[in-house]
Amino acid sequence: MSTPAVEVSDLVKSYGPTTAVAGVGFRLDRGAVLALLGPNGAGKTTTVEVCEGFRRPDSGRVQVLGLDPVTEGAALRPRIGVMPQGGGAYPGVRAAEMLRLVAACAANPLDPAWLIDVLGLAGCARTPYKRLSGGQQQRLSLACALIGRPELVFLDEPTAGMDPQARRLVWELVGALRADGVAVLLTTHLMEEAEALADHVVIVDGGRVVAEGTPAELTAEGPDEQRLRFRAKSGLDTALLVAALPEGCRVTEPTAGEYLVTGVVDPQVVSTVTAWCAQQGVLAEELRVGRRSLEDVFLELTGRELRS
Amino acid sequence: MSGRFAPGTFAPAPGAGRPVRMLLAHARTEASLTLRNGEQVLLTLLIPLALLFGLTLVHVIELPEPRVAAAAPRVFALAVMSTAFTGQAIALGFDRRYGVLKRLAATALPRWLLVAGRVLGCLAVVALQLVVLAAAAALLGWSPSAAGLLWTVVLVVLGTLTFGALGVLLGGALKAEVVLALANVVWLVLLFAGGIVLTTDALPAGMAEVVRLLPSAALTEGLTAVLADGTAPPASTVVTLLVWGAGAGLLATRTTKLV
Ligand SMILES: Nc1ncnc2c1ncn2[C@@H]1O[C@H](COP(=O)(O)OP(=O)(O)O)[C@@H](O)[C@H]1O
Ligand SMILES: [Mg+2]
Repeated sequence: MSTPAVEVSDLVKSYGPTTAVAGVGFRLDRGAVLALLGPNGAGKTTTVEVCEGFRRPDSGRVQVLGLDPVTEGAALRPRIGVMPQGGGAYPGVRAAEMLRLVAACAANPLDPAWLIDVLGLAGCARTPYKRLSGGQQQRLSLACALIGRPELVFLDEPTAGMDPQARRLVWELVGALRADGVAVLLTTHLMEEAEALADHVVIVDGGRVVAEGTPAELTAEGPDEQRLRFRAKSGLDTALLVAALPEGCRVTEPTAGEYLVTGVVDPQVVSTVTAWCAQQGVLAEELRVGRRSLEDVFLELTGRELRS
Repeated sequence: MSGRFAPGTFAPAPGAGRPVRMLLAHARTEASLTLRNGEQVLLTLLIPLALLFGLTLVHVIELPEPRVAAAAPRVFALAVMSTAFTGQAIALGFDRRYGVLKRLAATALPRWLLVAGRVLGCLAVVALQLVVLAAAAALLGWSPSAAGLLWTVVLVVLGTLTFGALGVLLGGALKAEVVLALANVVWLVLLFAGGIVLTTDALPAGMAEVVRLLPSAALTEGLTAVLADGTAPPASTVVTLLVWGAGAGLLATRTTKLV
């Protein structure tokens, strides 16, 4: 168990003139969950497909379960589970039939009927793949990734196109995998997903790692620092608000009409902000107090919203 | 934390399935998908059946008597071409579009099995087609020479592999819609101008020379020799099929893409 599940360093991969991945590196330990978090086009899928052995890196080192995914793919594939981003079944195949086929490729598969049931696919087990909804197709794809009892699973945007209920199920599944010692590498552009699931988050943008760490490390700031956010009409004179607040509080307007107060946010600060807004004759909407989120981290690092 | 899943449910126990089991599971899926697909059944069964009855009962094309003995080998050749070439190319084109090859390539299924499963599935469908077509021909009074049976099996397997390789070459390289169009056009051209409906001996000399080099003509000629004349197939027909199959197969290993 000493070799990590995945170890990537200085990975570079281009498609013609497009550099999709420009020097990504990270490490996923056995039994841990790592999230590659980034906006569309960040290079997440490319990175994952290199790890799965589907793409040959231009340069860099990639070891998966101690193996080279390109040259030792035949030895690696029986040990991993793969959920690609979209697709992955014959257009006319019935959901259960597809899962049974993938199960037949494994030495000790889970019971396909049980997995179909757990994933809420029992009602469409005999439906041809092309007539399944996007969320059902995603769940079948997830089942195919798990059926062979792998040591390591790759989940590329596992909850894309799923309703909140199915998304919670997937989160629960990832938790169960982790508890049973399965390593999980997932990609997502949802910060709450990365925050909820991952031991280690790697934020990628434009093919590079812009930050990494545990969710707690990434969102950490000064000891008692907190944030108060509210929405109001844009262009308020924030200097006036700073003057009204206790020493050490800062006020910014990161995007028009969005205000952010950082510092030691105690009940007094909240009441001062609302009183000040009342004095200005504006309504403070969506007022909330909380810690820095991964979304804030992303915004601060790249100057852009994660969700476009 | 996870109420729905008892601890240890997903405890890793990885490993590849037994090769025979993987091969049979893959081949069975391929074959049943073909037989369940209405367009494929039209292509592989209904059109050959219609042609068998048409050639035998309608005196449009000049055929030696008994007409059914001349029609059967042509229809068998067509059935092989329809399944192994057109059907396989179209299925592969759309399977790639749907990410099936990538899905299966990500399992423990070795690469050779990925091909072998499709080939075996295809052979199963061809066998079924020929049984149905032979039964229909028998109804029309066909009585083949038993001596030719072994050669028939050899030619049918060889023809399936050759047309299958051509089908993979086409279906593995281009966009699904382009594959669909091309596979149907090639099928139609080979049917009427490739030595199947009109065998090479009915064609003008200059054209016959060229058409004889096509796998469709070779398979039809070979099957006619074996079934109607009860002789071994001319060596040229076997060589022609082998050359097309090997060439297409080699080329396909370089051009076939997973998606
Ligand atoms: N097959 C491909 N051919 C050309 N460019 C590609 C291909 N796949 C991805 N790209 C480009 O590479 C970049 C990274 O894509 P991808 O790895 O899919 O990112 P993500 O999964 O984070 O959305 C994007 O600019 C994308 O347009
Ligand atoms: Mg992606």
